[in-house]
Amino acid sequence: MTNKQRLYLLEQMLRIRSFEERVGELFLKGESAGTMLHLSIGEEAAAVGVGAMMQDGDSFTTHHRGHGVFLARGADPKRMMAEIAGKEIGYCRGKGGSMHIADMSLGHLGANAIVGGGISHIVGAALSYKTLKKDNVSVAFFGDGAMQQGILYESFNLAALWNLPAMFVCINNQYGMGTRVDQSSSTLDFAARAKSFGLQADTADGQDIEDVVNKAKKLLKQARAGRASFLTINCYRFYGHARKDKSPYRSEQEETAGRQQDPISFWEENLVKAKIISNKKLETLKKEIDLEMDAALSFAENAKKPELATMFEDVYSPKQAKPLSNKARLDL
Amino acid sequence: MNITEYYGQTITYREALRLALDEAMEQDERIIILGEEVGRYGGAYAVSQGLYEKYGAGRVLDTPISEAAIIGTAIGAAMTGLRPVAELMYVDFAGIAMDQIANQAAKIRYMFGGQIGVPMVLRTQGGPGRSAGAQHSQSLEAWFMHTAGLFVAMPATVSDAYQLLKEALQFDDPVIFIEHKGLYTSKGIFEPGTALPFGKAAIAREGSELTIITYSGALRHCLAAAEELDKLAIDVEVIDLRTLNPLDVDTFVESVSKTGHALIVTEDSLTAGVSAEISARAQEGAFDFLEEPIMRLSGEDIPIPVAPELELAATPKKADIIKAVRKILRR
Repeated sequence: MTNKQRLYLLEQMLRIRSFEERVGELFLKGESAGTMLHLSIGEEAAAVGVGAMMQDGDSFTTHHRGHGVFLARGADPKRMMAEIAGKEIGYCRGKGGSMHIADMSLGHLGANAIVGGGISHIVGAALSYKTLKKDNVSVAFFGDGAMQQGILYESFNLAALWNLPAMFVCINNQYGMGTRVDQSSSTLDFAARAKSFGLQADTADGQDIEDVVNKAKKLLKQARAGRASFLTINCYRFYGHARKDKSPYRSEQEETAGRQQDPISFWEENLVKAKIISNKKLETLKKEIDLEMDAALSFAENAKKPELATMFEDVYSPKQAKPLSNKARLDL
Repeated sequence: MNITEYYGQTITYREALRLALDEAMEQDERIIILGEEVGRYGGAYAVSQGLYEKYGAGRVLDTPISEAAIIGTAIGAAMTGLRPVAELMYVDFAGIAMDQIANQAAKIRYMFGGQIGVPMVLRTQGGPGRSAGAQHSQSLEAWFMHTAGLFVAMPATVSDAYQLLKEALQFDDPVIFIEHKGLYTSKGIFEPGTALPFGKAAIAREGSELTIITYSGALRHCLAAAEELDKLAIDVEVIDLRTLNPLDVDTFVESVSKTGHALIVTEDSLTAGVSAEISARAQEGAFDFLEEPIMRLSGEDIPIPVAPELELAATPKKADIIKAVRKILRR
C-alpha cells in the first residue's frame, strides 16, 4: 500500500464519522424524516476497507446501517443527507430515507430495512454479470443479525453452486438491536459457516483497516474469478441500535472497552507514528471534512420538501400505470 | 419459430404459455427462466418443456428449493440488465418468498425514487381441482392485489395466456402471473390479436339481464352456467377480468349499469377477498343503476380439503352460479 492510499483510507473513515455525527444532529433536531436512524460509528474500517477495494461498475446492497458503505463507494453527502431529511433532491426523492437509500449510477442496489432482505439481490446481480460476461462483482453488506436469516444461506448456496462473482460481507458489530451475538448465534465462527457452503472465507479485525483491505482485496479477486467469497469483520457498535437507544442491555464498562477499538484513532496513530501525516495536517484534514459535512447538513435542512403529487409517482413505470388517488376517485 | 403458423389451431393453455416464453426468448436475449424443475424436468406442469434443450443451462436455470432466494436472485438480475422469469411452482409457496415479493420487488421502484424498476415476471399457478390439499390448491391473488407495486395477471383462455404473458415480458415492473392448474390441458383456438394491454377485461359473453364478473378458472363455470340459463331465457353477460391489477373497473361498471344486476364469482376465499373489492367498486360506480344488491359467490372460508367431493364443494361451480343468478333475478 502506498502512503497516498493510506491517507485516502484515513480520509474516507473520517468523512464517515463526521457525516454520522451530523446526521445524528439532524435526527435530534427533529429534521430527519425517519423515526429510525442507525449510525455506523465504530464500523468505518469495514466500510472503507472493502469499499476501497471494489472497482467501478461493481454493485452492492447494504443493511439498515449502511451510510458508511455508501459514502465509501462515492456517495455525495449532500444528497445523502437530503434523502435522510426526506427532501426531493435526495437520492430517492425523499421516499427512501436512511434505510432505503440507493443510487444506480454508483452501483448501490439499495439499503434494506428487512434484515437479510437485500442479500439475495447481489446473487442476481452476479448472475447478470456472469450471463452478460461483465467483469464485475456484486457485494452484499449486512450485520451479524443477518447471519441468522435463512435467505443468507440460500444465497451462499446459490453463489457457490453457480460460481458467481458474488461477495458477502458481514460487519459484525456484536449486536442485533439489543441482543449480543453470543446470545443469538450457535457459533461465533461465521467464516466456518461460509466455508461449509464452499465459499472462500476469512475473518478480519475491524479495528485494523489494513487487515480489512488485505483480506477484502484477496476475496474480491477470488469472487471476480467466479469463486464466491465471504468476509466477516469484527468491530464494535459504539452507540445504541438507533440514535436514541441508550443501550440498557450492556454495561458502561463494556461500552468503554468497545470504544477503545476505534479504527480511526488506531489508524491515525499508525500514520502519525510512521510520519505519513503530521498532527497539524491531521487537524487541518479533520476541519476540512467537518466543513464539508456541515455544508451537507445545511444543504439538507434548506432543501425543498417534496410536492404532495409526487407521492403517486414511481409506484409503477410511468408508461404503464399510476395509482388513482382517493381524492380523485371520489372527486373530493 | 414463426408464431403465425399456430394461428387458428386448437392448442392447450399450457402450449400457449410455452409459445409465449419461446417466442419472447428468441426475440430478447435478456430473458432467462429460473426456478425449481424448470429445465431438465421441463417444469412441474410442463410449461417450460423443451426450452432448456433449446436455450441451454445459461438461460433456463434449475434452482435448488429456495423460493425466497429464487425471487431475490430474479430481483437482483432484473436490476442489472436481465429480464428474468422466475417460476414459483405453486402460488402457495409465496409464503416462503413473500418478503422478496411484497417488501422487495414491489417497492424497489418507489423506495428508490423511480431510479429503477424490477422487470421480472413471477410465473406461478394456483387454484383447486387436483386434490392437492390445503398447501397446493389456494387462490392467493388477493395477497398480491393488495400490494402496491405488483401487476397481477390471471388468464383464463388460450389466447389470453399467450398474449398476457408476452405483454408481461415487456413490463418494467414486476408482474405476478398466476396460471390455473385446472386449465393447463384446456383447449382453445389460438387467435391472439395484435396486442392485449393489461387492464382490459373481456366480455366473454354478451347479455342484458345480469352481469357475472369473474376471472381465471372460475370463468368456465360461469360460461357453462350462462349456457344453461339461456335455456331458461335468462340472458347473462359474463366479464373476464383478465388482470386484477390494473383492474378494469370501467368495463364492469358499464356492464352492471346496463344490466342492473351483478354476481361476482371467484375461487379465492370470500372474506376480504377479490370479490369484496369488485363489489365495492361496482357499487361505487353503478349504484344508481342497481336493481338488487350485488351478490358474491366465492371460495368457502376454509383450507382446501383433499377429499375430491369436499374440494369440489369448496369453490363455486355451475349449479351454484345458476342458483345465485336465479335468486338475484327472482326467476
